[in-house]
Amino acid sequence: MTAILEVEDLHVAYGETRVLHGIGFTVETRGITTILGANGAGKTTALRAVCGMVPPRGRVQLDGRRIDGKASEDIARLGIAHVPEGRGTFVGFTVEENLRLGAYMRRDRTAVSQDMERVYGYFPVLGQRRRQAAGTLSGGEQQMLALGRALMLRPRLLLLDEPSLGLAPLVVQEFFRIVRAINQREGVSVLLVEQNAALALGLADRAYLLETGRVVLAGPASEIRKDDAVRRAYLGY
Amino acid sequence: MGSVRGIRWWGIGALLAVALLLPFPLSGFRLFQFTQVCVYAMVLLGLNLLTGYNGQISLGHGAFYALGAYTTAIMVDRWGVAYGWTIPVAGLMCFVVGFLFGIPALRLEGLHLALATFALALAVPQILKYFDSWTGGSQGIVLSKPKAPWGLPLSRDQWLYYLALSVLLLLFVLTWNLLRSRPGRAIVAIRDNPIAARAMGIDTALYKSLTFGVSACYTGVAGSLGGLAVAFVAPDSFNVFLSITFLVGIVIGGLASVPGAIFGALFIQFVPNYAQEISKAAPWAIYGVFLIAFMYVMPDGVAGFLRRVTRRLGGRSGPVHPAASVTPRGGQHVQA
Amino acid sequence: MGIETLLQQVVSGLATGGIYASLALALVMIYQATEIVNFAQGEMAMFSTYLAWSMLNAGAPYWLAFLATIVLAFVGGLLIERIVIRPVEGKPILTLVIVCIGLLVILNSLAGWMFSYVIQPFPSPFPRTPFRIGKIVFGQHDLGVIAVTLVLLCLLYVFFRYTTLGLAMRAAAQNPVSSRLCGIRVGSMLGLGWGLAALVGSVAGMLVAPVIFLEPNMMGGILIYAFAGATLGGITSPFGAVVGGFLVGVIENLAGTYIPFIGTELKLTVALLIIVGVLLIRPSGLFGHAIVRRV
Repeated sequence: MTAILEVEDLHVAYGETRVLHGIGFTVETRGITTILGANGAGKTTALRAVCGMVPPRGRVQLDGRRIDGKASEDIARLGIAHVPEGRGTFVGFTVEENLRLGAYMRRDRTAVSQDMERVYGYFPVLGQRRRQAAGTLSGGEQQMLALGRALMLRPRLLLLDEPSLGLAPLVVQEFFRIVRAINQREGVSVLLVEQNAALALGLADRAYLLETGRVVLAGPASEIRKDDAVRRAYLGY
Repeated sequence: MGSVRGIRWWGIGALLAVALLLPFPLSGFRLFQFTQVCVYAMVLLGLNLLTGYNGQISLGHGAFYALGAYTTAIMVDRWGVAYGWTIPVAGLMCFVVGFLFGIPALRLEGLHLALATFALALAVPQILKYFDSWTGGSQGIVLSKPKAPWGLPLSRDQWLYYLALSVLLLLFVLTWNLLRSRPGRAIVAIRDNPIAARAMGIDTALYKSLTFGVSACYTGVAGSLGGLAVAFVAPDSFNVFLSITFLVGIVIGGLASVPGAIFGALFIQFVPNYAQEISKAAPWAIYGVFLIAFMYVMPDGVAGFLRRVTRRLGGRSGPVHPAASVTPRGGQHVQA
Repeated sequence: MGIETLLQQVVSGLATGGIYASLALALVMIYQATEIVNFAQGEMAMFSTYLAWSMLNAGAPYWLAFLATIVLAFVGGLLIERIVIRPVEGKPILTLVIVCIGLLVILNSLAGWMFSYVIQPFPSPFPRTPFRIGKIVFGQHDLGVIAVTLVLLCLLYVFFRYTTLGLAMRAAAQNPVSSRLCGIRVGSMLGLGWGLAALVGSVAGMLVAPVIFLEPNMMGGILIYAFAGATLGGITSPFGAVVGGFLVGVIENLAGTYIPFIGTELKLTVALLIIVGVLLIRPSGLFGHAIVRRV
């Protein structure tokens, strides 16, 4: 199975500060890859480099085509949907408007309406609050909304940046359940950045561990999960 | 590091030498223009203190300039006071008015403060014309240029120039010392992060009003000297365009930069004339092009540009207070 | 000085208020998108009006000149954003203010050079005969201005609230980062915003020129009233800007009529008092919200 996303030798610097020192990772088509690591390891930066929010040096390939150096709106148009850290919802807009914005690039109006209903199917809470301002939603609901908006793009690749941050455990479990459903039912590939290693390893096929901008561990998630020594040494549980 | 310091001191020395020797080759109108440069530099020093270092945008400093000019004019013309005494009085009056203005201004941020001071600047000519028993109305007050004191062998223009230059140098030194002192750092801290400053125990309200007062004081002194140099004060010379010119001066010169005052003053004094030489038909269009071009090439002003250049030439040598944008952007882009 | 005079002055005030409201809306649109206060908005409107005037002088019928002008104004605004503003986007606010001031000065000077400083008349598309309801007399131009302004504002409202493009433009203004993630080209949205603002300004210019006569400095005072309207309504609220503009027009007119010492000289003071008064009492205006700052 080919990889939908291949990243090689990725360097990113914020001004004078080097954050990523030549990392590489892949996401299989229809697969789920997770990037783990502590705060400041560079995980979010890696995600931002993939979707063009920070300028990357290195190779980033989507389905074999180079996308490094493209603007984030162009990368979004290629089918990558990013759910950023902090959700990035349009606070002044209603739930429905947020979803419509996700579908901005699409021309197929009936399919868009169907997708919106599908999103409400995944997240009934959003359906109830469709005319409410997004800023009035709880943290968990906003996370759902952010994911819903990403789904409206009909993406091939979904980038999730620390979705569990600040959410209650039950909410997080529900969220991850839905992500798995989306991956299995609709074949959307997922690149997940998470601090909560246990949750992420339960969901993903492949896992990478970042430490201060370098990959220190890589392999199938199932193996990393089973390996007690690795878990205790690197993942703290 | 040493080499940059060295470049700087040589630069200052050379500039000072040129400044002191200027009245000898130049005379009449040209010398008057340089006197005006000194006067404007004082204003820009004051305005920069308020806007560049303390983060309060003022589009109304023309009002303080007018207040200083009219204080001198009324005292000299109506009450026969010697001009020398009027200068500190103008400064003191403007300090008090500025401080009082700073108090309600505390409630206003960025754009709102800009609008309020803009309204103040607009009102100045009308207010001056309204109180015509004091101000002489639209016709203004005529002054005579002061003679050099103590029998110094200087013409009136030369004396005025040296007077303005000395006051400017004094204000430069005062400002330099102020910025390096604790109050100076407090002022900058308030600009960068008022909440943190307050948390550190800085009385932001007091400092902001004081800065307004000091800034107005500089401008009043400048207005006083400016009035003497022009030998005439009239309401229409103190319109909103004057305040906008001052703002242009500090941005072109470089926000949060003491030497920026000189670059800015040179720009606002000479570029309009230069623009007129280029095109008699649409001189302000040329001026506008200059403004825009400057902002493209030197968005941090001349001082900011020079800072970057000297840093590249001489390795690292940071300025005392790095310029920061006056109002942090992104105030509206609050993300969930 | 009975109820007739009051109504007449209110309608007259609403007419000038419509002009202020349009210009205030243009200011707020650009401010919301880019946090820039476009000091050149008035001059852009003035220049557009001169273009219309040139077309009329060349013999074009009014409505053709009107339509051509608003299209040219739209394109002009778009080009100005792309060519003049974009190179300095993201720079400190005061840098942008200076660029806008430069633009103001260039447009003003160009207009004087191309079209001379002589004050020109500008035709109104509405008939001169007054409109009577009983004893009350209204000028048809005034009524026409109110009608056109309301139609324009309604169209804009519908556009922004109900179309996808309008939604995208609002989103790009409020949250450019997330907008990009949805594939919205934020830069183009800003250009469209400037284009629309210029369009609105040109309509205001063409509606007010018949009353105050066409000359390069005609929009200066109007811009100040527009600022007063935007301040009163709230610079963060398009709806507030419109309401504020209408209110300022009415207040200005009523103050001029009923308060004895406010003649044409001090009329501007009314605007200034409004600005300062609002800022002191309620800086965010009637409908605006306080600008949130992240700590």
